[in-house]
Amino acid sequence: MTEIQPDLKTSLGSLTLKNPVLTASGTFGYGQEFSSLVDPNLLGGIVVKGLSLKPRAGNRPPRTVETPCGMLNAIGLANMGVDAFVEKRLPLLRELDTVVIANIYGHTIDEYGTVAARLKGVEGISAIEVNISCPNVDGGGMAFGTDPDISARVTEQVLKKADKPVIVKLSPNVTDIRAVARAVERAGAEGISLINTLTGMAIDIETRLPRLANISGGLSGPAIRPVALHMVYQVVKAVRIPVIGIGGIMDYRDAPEFLIAGAKAVQVGTASFVNPRASLDIVEGLKAFCQGHGITAIDEIIGTMRLR
Amino acid sequence: MIEEEAGIVFNRQIADKTYHMGLESPRIAAAAKPGQFVMLRVFNGIDPLLRRPLSICRVGGDGIFYLLYRVVGRGTAIMSRAVKGERLSVLGPLGRGFKLPPPGDRSFLVAGGIGIAPLISLSQVVDKDHMAFLVGYRSAAEIIPAEQVGADTSVSIATDDGTAGHRGPVTELLKANVERAGEGRAIVFACGPLPMLKAVAALTSKWNIPCQVSLETSMACGVGACHGCAVKSSSGQKKPYHHVCQDGPVFDADTVDWGRL
Repeated sequence: MTEIQPDLKTSLGSLTLKNPVLTASGTFGYGQEFSSLVDPNLLGGIVVKGLSLKPRAGNRPPRTVETPCGMLNAIGLANMGVDAFVEKRLPLLRELDTVVIANIYGHTIDEYGTVAARLKGVEGISAIEVNISCPNVDGGGMAFGTDPDISARVTEQVLKKADKPVIVKLSPNVTDIRAVARAVERAGAEGISLINTLTGMAIDIETRLPRLANISGGLSGPAIRPVALHMVYQVVKAVRIPVIGIGGIMDYRDAPEFLIAGAKAVQVGTASFVNPRASLDIVEGLKAFCQGHGITAIDEIIGTMRLR
Repeated sequence: MIEEEAGIVFNRQIADKTYHMGLESPRIAAAAKPGQFVMLRVFNGIDPLLRRPLSICRVGGDGIFYLLYRVVGRGTAIMSRAVKGERLSVLGPLGRGFKLPPPGDRSFLVAGGIGIAPLISLSQVVDKDHMAFLVGYRSAAEIIPAEQVGADTSVSIATDDGTAGHRGPVTELLKANVERAGEGRAIVFACGPLPMLKAVAALTSKWNIPCQVSLETSMACGVGACHGCAVKSSSGQKKPYHHVCQDGPVFDADTVDWGRL
């Protein structure tokens, strides 16, 4: 008897993904860095490294430090700029048979719109993910994502300039993430992804220097997974638009947690550093999970948490 | 770039806090070039989470590659307890290694402590008749027996405390060797602690001798995806930062902004 191939397709508003596993922005480069180990065509999608209007050098080093079950980073959104991305990196991404999502950010509300406008009419990008949450840039991401009204205004501005579905990526560094989620939904976002990194720091007790030159950075990895899962659960209950779960997903057992909590898809980030094939292993693992549990389509488990 | 489980062939202490490990991976061994590195997963759980970047010390013809490492933290402590037969996930070979000098040029290999690792493999491919291999240690207890780790050449030693070899920094040995060599094309290859590298870079710049340095930083991915391993480039370079994992770990010394390292 041949095993039934479960249907892993999932939808994010108008987007259809072949499976619910995407790579998170800033952890998979521009899709080529890992291509000798991971066939990106087998993934649900790729979210490329955050793009800004102008190239950005990034923060002074040290930029990363390992912490218990995780890591802190203060890369400073180093990137080649949206125009160079479209010219140099997108042509290769365009050849892929998977969804490519461009992550963007700006320093002003207007600039968010300008970056979105630069992607207007550009082929090969299926959606825009708006970073309102990166905690590393002075006067940048953090200020937008912590205020529901400003988050909504950023969303509106991007929607005004973009010709693609807009997903807003939320910061967990807020008192009530549901308020921000509702605000960006009202502003017209087609989807929400969460969580970005949690702000943290580490100190070298011998030198008394902060371990990151930026002093603080964003915590990622399995250390943040329970926080991420709870916030995903909260947001799923607060909005009607699709939610993508992100935060410390390391293997196929972690992904269904987020799906059961109600996420329509997940993004894999820090895990790719530890195991470059993590995203693909999760796709394969989900298949086996479905087969093992008699699930014929992955969306059968989305939002199915039972109550005690 | 290859990712596979490599079996530990041996793992033994060879000096104070210093270990020598052999890993069997014919594919990585065949692909590796002097100066390249691997990202080693020292633990299969999530704490510690990240892989460790380690220079390839030497490659054997038997599909084995060799690492030298010093126990400095949790990751290397775990490594030091690993035993023959265990399998570790290795990603590599990674980065850009040394650019080899034309035959006949004089090569000065300058190491500080565990920085000897990438220079061992280099010492096997440069012209031995025109090579000096100089290694500095804090004290005799730290001396890595070079012949045991694959250096088939004599090594001159300096120690800070004078317990072996020349008493003083290895840069004094470098000065003496360069002076003795006199005129003629020469190149310096260096790997070691930052103060030593800075001193070597300053000397070679003054002498107008090309110098390649192998740099070490903390790394998350090792393949250019995270942009974590940045070092400031010198003025005139195309990019404001180099990434050690992809642009290096070996750099021409004059492309690095030593004042901001």
